Amino acid sequence: MFFTYLRRELRRRRKAALVVASGLALGIALVIVVNSVSTGMSRAQGKVLESLYGLGTDLTVTKAQERPEDGSRPQRPRFEFQGKEEGEEQSSDRLMVQGFQTLADSTVASVAGQPGVDRAVGGLSLVNLKINGEFERGRIQRGQTQQGQPGGENGQNGGAQNGQNGGAGGGSGPGDTVTGGGAAFDVDSFTLYGTDVTAPDLGPLTTSTVSRGRTFKTSETDAKVAVVDSAYAQEQGLDVGDELTVKGIEFEIVGIATADRGQSAAQVYLPLKQAQTLSSSASKITTIYVKATDSTRIDALKTAIQKNVTGTTVTTSADLARTVSGSLDTAADLASNVGRWLSYAVLLAAVLVAGLLTSSAVTRRVREFGTLKALGWTSGRVTRQVVGEALVNGVVGGALGIAIGLVGAYAVTVAGPTLTAELGSVGGAFGGGGGGRGGTVFGGGPGGTATGRTVDIALTAPVGITTVGLAVLLALGGGLVAGAFGAWRASRLRPADALRRVE
Amino acid sequence: MYELIGVTKQYRRGQTRVDALAGVDLTLDQGDRLVIQGPTGGGKSTLLQMLGGLDRPTSGRVLLDGIDLAALSERRLTAVRGQNIGFVFQSFNLIPTLTAQENVETALVPLGIRPAERRGRAAEALESVGLGERRGHLPSELSGGQQQRVAIARALVKRPKVLLADEPTGNLDESMRDEIVDVLEGLWKEHGLTFVMVTHDSAIARRAPRLATIRKGRITIKENRPAAPAPVEA
Ligand SMILES: Nc1ncnc2c1ncn2[C@@H]1O[C@H](COP(=O)(O)OP(=O)(O)OP(=O)(O)O)[C@@H](O)[C@H]1O
Ligand SMILES: [Mg+2]
Repeated sequence: MFFTYLRRELRRRRKAALVVASGLALGIALVIVVNSVSTGMSRAQGKVLESLYGLGTDLTVTKAQERPEDGSRPQRPRFEFQGKEEGEEQSSDRLMVQGFQTLADSTVASVAGQPGVDRAVGGLSLVNLKINGEFERGRIQRGQTQQGQPGGENGQNGGAQNGQNGGAGGGSGPGDTVTGGGAAFDVDSFTLYGTDVTAPDLGPLTTSTVSRGRTFKTSETDAKVAVVDSAYAQEQGLDVGDELTVKGIEFEIVGIATADRGQSAAQVYLPLKQAQTLSSSASKITTIYVKATDSTRIDALKTAIQKNVTGTTVTTSADLARTVSGSLDTAADLASNVGRWLSYAVLLAAVLVAGLLTSSAVTRRVREFGTLKALGWTSGRVTRQVVGEALVNGVVGGALGIAIGLVGAYAVTVAGPTLTAELGSVGGAFGGGGGGRGGTVFGGGPGGTATGRTVDIALTAPVGITTVGLAVLLALGGGLVAGAFGAWRASRLRPADALRRVE
Repeated sequence: MYELIGVTKQYRRGQTRVDALAGVDLTLDQGDRLVIQGPTGGGKSTLLQMLGGLDRPTSGRVLLDGIDLAALSERRLTAVRGQNIGFVFQSFNLIPTLTAQENVETALVPLGIRPAERRGRAAEALESVGLGERRGHLPSELSGGQQQRVAIARALVKRPKVLLADEPTGNLDESMRDEIVDVLEGLWKEHGLTFVMVTHDSAIARRAPRLATIRKGRITIKENRPAAPAPVEA
């Protein structure tokens, strides 16, 4: 009888049932879409972080930032050019540690020794800066020559050698005008990363795939070999088998690597030991990449390392995620805050409306339920009937909602809007260091540093089993809550109500 | 079988108190037929609710076969209703979404009767009120008289000891009234039920062997002899 009655009620009161079910469906569909979009967002964020860190890295360790002492100036690159005769070409080739902060490579062992650390590997980030150019002195013109003549004309002379940095005006004395003067410099910089060839599966090189040639062999600690990023290789016309000169030393290019996503971590990869030797920073590293044994206990590990290995800054992906900005971050925020709340609010409203509709349906059926009670139906049996109807509404709404939600999520994935992530610098983590963003010299170089990297990622909206499970639970829960409203009304009915003439 | 002793029922509506029943004493034997008359608001329906265990008296005792319905738990009272008491209401009170057959079956649900037997007995009961062919019809597809017959089949399918009818002809036109009263009286005779019927129809009242009148919650009973059939008008 339970099912006959249930079936008849739902069939003959189809419209009312559909109103309740579609209300729930809307709420559930929203929850699914928002949930899957925000899963997609965090997946996208994960990919962004992965593009920096490489697979498997849970946190990085860098030197703690030192406060500059009073009177001392923060370390900055200095280029000293002697005042040679004008027009004479001058050049400087510097290989500098990115961020100017290094750790002794013995730190790798102490970090690796921490409980909870699975593996740790060190690396050295360098910037090679070549400056070529010439100075031209400003000419002082006394008397009443044209005032404020810009250095443009002379600048053109100076800029003959494709100067990126145009001429700058010289100083002027009272009444005198200095025209021209300036310097035309060709700045060529590229980033280098000294990688621990004995640990090929951890560190930034894992974010790239070798597209031509090969990667380092674990035995190539002392070999003069290099892997070059494909973008840089194309720009410089380099290929496997070519030679690359760094600070006068020739390296054989054994492989071309392509960044899986966005920009590569460095433009040139060398064995760690070579990088250390070249930059005169023997036994020094800039970053330690750490893989934890338990990826759920990263925060505890961070605290432990920071406490036990003094003078270090530990950066987790969560820390890094905080620095992500751009449309991805905005969208992720929107999805996880506004979207999530909105979807739950809609669902709550749907459940409430369903509850009120169910309850008012019971009120309309006072005589019906009163009659059944008069016939000897227990309150429990009547209540079960009401809850059963509400549950079916919930299931129908849930199925409908899941269908709509899946279609919606699929539509998002197909449309695949592109989101841009901008990674800010974390204290001392990736080339931030003392210079920080202030070190515009680096920003100028093609490829730049890890600071201010942008990564484009197509948004997907994957629907996980848990999301569907959640939707099913919400549907049943919604049905039950709606049923509870009705059941509460039904259980309070007196059988005497069946005899009431007016309703 | 029924013994009502000093039954009162008060309804409270805000400040005012309504004495729907003001001390009713009544005894009914197995197979008795009682017709209740009275002005509107006199307490007829209230008395029927007491007899049917649909509500509890404010004071007094309602004994059915020696058991005080007023003192039973809700669960036991529900069971008593399910087993012993059949109701027929003025507005039929059929479940609008269920067929005639299914409506009759609802009365057998609390008795825990297996579906096959339930269907058989329901079909039989519909046959006995002359609606064998209308089993699959919805209430909305039946006339008022037919609906009330379904309700009667529903009241009697469980073979109750007591049949309570509250103005069963109140919503029917004259031709159907006699038809329904005939069905009810036929079944009463056939099953030997205790039958209590509230009616405003004085023609029916005149035919009753015992006639109770309730005014302002007080009952007066008049024995009509000879019992049947209706006397010829002078
Ligand atoms: N649930 C209730 N709450 C408050 N007062 C009630 C309730 N039910 C009945 N009453 C009052 O009790 C009195 C008796 O009502 P009852 O329904 O028994 O009268 P009745 O004789 O059946 O009238 P009618 O012929 O109109 O059906 C009336 O005054 C009515 O207003
Ligand atoms: Mg009444």
